[in-house]
Amino acid sequence: MKKGLLVFILFMCILAAVPQFLRDPFQCHLLIMIMMYATMSIGWNVIGGYAGQVSFGNAAFFGVGAYTTAVLLVNYNVNPWLGMLAGCVLSVGLAVIVGYPCFRLRGHYFAIATIAVGEIMVVIFTNWDYVGAAVGIYMPILEESFVNFEFHSSKIPYYYIILGMLLFAIAVCYAVEESRLGYYLRAIKDDPDGARSLGIDIQKYKMIAFSISAVLTSICGTFYGQYVLYIHPSSTMDLMMSIHLCIIALIGGIGKLFGPVVGAFVFIPLMELTRVYLGSEGQGIDMIIYSLLVILIAIWRPQGLWALFSRGSK
Amino acid sequence: MSADILVVDNVTKRFGGLTANANISFSMKEGQIIGLIGPNGAGKSTLFNCISCFYNADGGRIVFQGQEITFKDPESICRMGIGRTFQIVRIFKDMNVLENIMIGAFLRNPRRKDAQARSEEVAGIFRFTDKLYLKATSLTISEQKRLEVARVFATEPKIMLLDEMMAGLNIHEIKESVELVLRLREMGITLVLVEHVMEGIMPIANRVVVLDYGEKIAEGTPDEVINNEKVIGAYFGQKYAKRRENKTRIQ
Amino acid sequence: MEGVFTQTLVSGILIGFVYALIAVGLTMIFGMMDIVNFAHGEYLMVAMYFAYWFFVLFGMDPLYSLPWVTVLLFLLGVVTYYVFIRPIINAPMLSQIFVTFGILILLRGVAQYLWNADYRMIPQTLTSGNVSIFGVYVGVSQLVAAAGAVICNGLIFWFLKSTKMGIAMEAVAEDKEAARLMGINSDRMFALAWGIGIASVGVAGGLLSSFYYVFPEVGSNFCLMAFVVVALGGFGSVPGAFIAGIIVGLVEVLSGYLIAPSLKFMFVLFLYLGVVFIRPQGFMGRK
Repeated sequence: MKKGLLVFILFMCILAAVPQFLRDPFQCHLLIMIMMYATMSIGWNVIGGYAGQVSFGNAAFFGVGAYTTAVLLVNYNVNPWLGMLAGCVLSVGLAVIVGYPCFRLRGHYFAIATIAVGEIMVVIFTNWDYVGAAVGIYMPILEESFVNFEFHSSKIPYYYIILGMLLFAIAVCYAVEESRLGYYLRAIKDDPDGARSLGIDIQKYKMIAFSISAVLTSICGTFYGQYVLYIHPSSTMDLMMSIHLCIIALIGGIGKLFGPVVGAFVFIPLMELTRVYLGSEGQGIDMIIYSLLVILIAIWRPQGLWALFSRGSK
Repeated sequence: MSADILVVDNVTKRFGGLTANANISFSMKEGQIIGLIGPNGAGKSTLFNCISCFYNADGGRIVFQGQEITFKDPESICRMGIGRTFQIVRIFKDMNVLENIMIGAFLRNPRRKDAQARSEEVAGIFRFTDKLYLKATSLTISEQKRLEVARVFATEPKIMLLDEMMAGLNIHEIKESVELVLRLREMGITLVLVEHVMEGIMPIANRVVVLDYGEKIAEGTPDEVINNEKVIGAYFGQKYAKRRENKTRIQ
Repeated sequence: MEGVFTQTLVSGILIGFVYALIAVGLTMIFGMMDIVNFAHGEYLMVAMYFAYWFFVLFGMDPLYSLPWVTVLLFLLGVVTYYVFIRPIINAPMLSQIFVTFGILILLRGVAQYLWNADYRMIPQTLTSGNVSIFGVYVGVSQLVAAAGAVICNGLIFWFLKSTKMGIAMEAVAEDKEAARLMGINSDRMFALAWGIGIASVGVAGGLLSSFYYVFPEVGSNFCLMAFVVVALGGFGSVPGAFIAGIIVGLVEVLSGYLIAPSLKFMFVLFLYLGVVFIRPQGFMGRK
């Protein structure tokens, strides 16, 4: 554990120092995307990896976070940081409403139900004029400041904000892992009836995990809205995004704290770089590569790539 | 002082057309060891499932320490103080011995440090101190059964329902199990054991309840039950029971 | 308006037969080995592309290329089983879900790479045009597709109930160990199930290619429809899938007609949620 802590601190220091050496804004963008997906994937890992409830609908929380902030900002001039809080509240609400009936479903039924809920949200938002329907919402261009959560001259402030969010996610996940909640989630994943026989209210703990998942994903949605300054249904609630979150956690290591971080560092560059360097000829190559990676890992190394690093420790 | 800690009152459980438990009634006092025996399919595990609320009874009541628990859920039952093990041993496969016990200990010790300390204590009682970090699946079956009991014990139950704890064990392991059960009673726990291993349960039970085809056919001390004609008939068939009775009468 | 309503009903039933055919493979595979093939819709997409290329390269009408497409998809199903599925037959559910999801993305990636994202359509086929039946106008291709779907469903049902191999398959689905004790090689039965299941999706794809756009994402909507059908009819039940297919088809077109076309997909999904909350085993499911 001591060694792991050292590596972690070193890693965070490197991440914090990197922006000083970046010359190309694209590199900065890439790292921002990596950290954002790592944060969301840590969120997915809490419900999908630890508790074993595979959700293919987590992008819905991203969308709720993004849209809540955007609507409050555009229509009511509410500060985006407050909007972020509001987004979290609504996302947790969604988690509870969806989780309450869905967690009674077993395995495959639950996974498909999350797909259904996610797709229903897309249909609703694509047809709802109040949130801009298919066109979406443009953020007003405000004076560059931390309070306004907008920066125009450089991406670096965004970098540090998302780094902060990643640290927050790691801290939350660590706290979960070391607490009763974490142990109970692992028990629920391992043997739900056995867990119940030991006094564990499995519905309640699944809901708590799902709510944590919702918050970590929602804050990224708010971040994304303020970063790109434009949101619409297919950029914030797409099924593919939900699937990517799962894949990142799987590749890196399901149920392991740093799994999603490793996964994001593998997956996002793969996606972004193939898109940039291979262009339209290479369309689909990134999908081929990471799908094969997913299949290989699922068949032979279900513990993920993290297992290569950790060798028996956590 | 001798109020009944658990009362099973006319409990009936049906599955479609099959009546697994029919009007079963018995009660027990604190600190007793009750044996629940009967041929396979008699409804013993079903009764356990009703008491621990994995099933809800279709008729009758179950009363624990004066409170009716017939329609509660398994997690509430455990919190109230009734713990159980399962016929096919259940342990958390992806955890080690210590973590398994901790899951139980967390019920009364929400903070991790406390739960861990308590679990190490419990592990000591159950002779797991040198095996704390072994993966649970690497234990032998008899050790796994002991682990299952240990983690239930960590929830600080007042009653423990042990389902075929001694099945598949050799003579030495049975003796260890019996000692364990007696030690649990010494610590104030009331025990109900479903058993087929007669040499394990008969020497230690205060009273024995016998089920057959879903009904209670006998209840009494081990000696009374062993010589009960209906019980012999249930296990060995009516013909043998009759022959035995005739032989006794002639003598 | 009565004419339009009847038209809508008819088109719902017709497409429902096709949904049933797509769902049959899904339900067979699940019934036999408890695996949900999340990639099911992608095989439909592959079949549609095959039909398209048979047309473009060899000038074959989709009806003529249908047998070829079916055979190719059968082989694809068997290969999928041996390469991807057999290793994870006994793996935890998480692994199984991710492998079939991986296949989904793999197939879509290959399609995007080989054939890019353009929407394609076979311009003129034997079955183009409309026909009027009792005053209702129906596209000939839709009619043929529905008829083909019904025939194929019937064949599969007959196969499972009346042929030795089919009954063997049902035995394996019911109790793998008992079937083994009777000398049935469950491995080969699984491969056969995959072959037939994917081949049936192939037939559906071939039939749809006469009148539906072909593009890499075409599989996803049909796949979700198939899930709803399987849930409604009962995971593992072939006749259930048939009835449920018609119902889903009707729900889709009626909600589009009565409420709003852009929302019809949503209502089908609500149907799914309704079914799994109220009666998870569907009409005739056993699990």
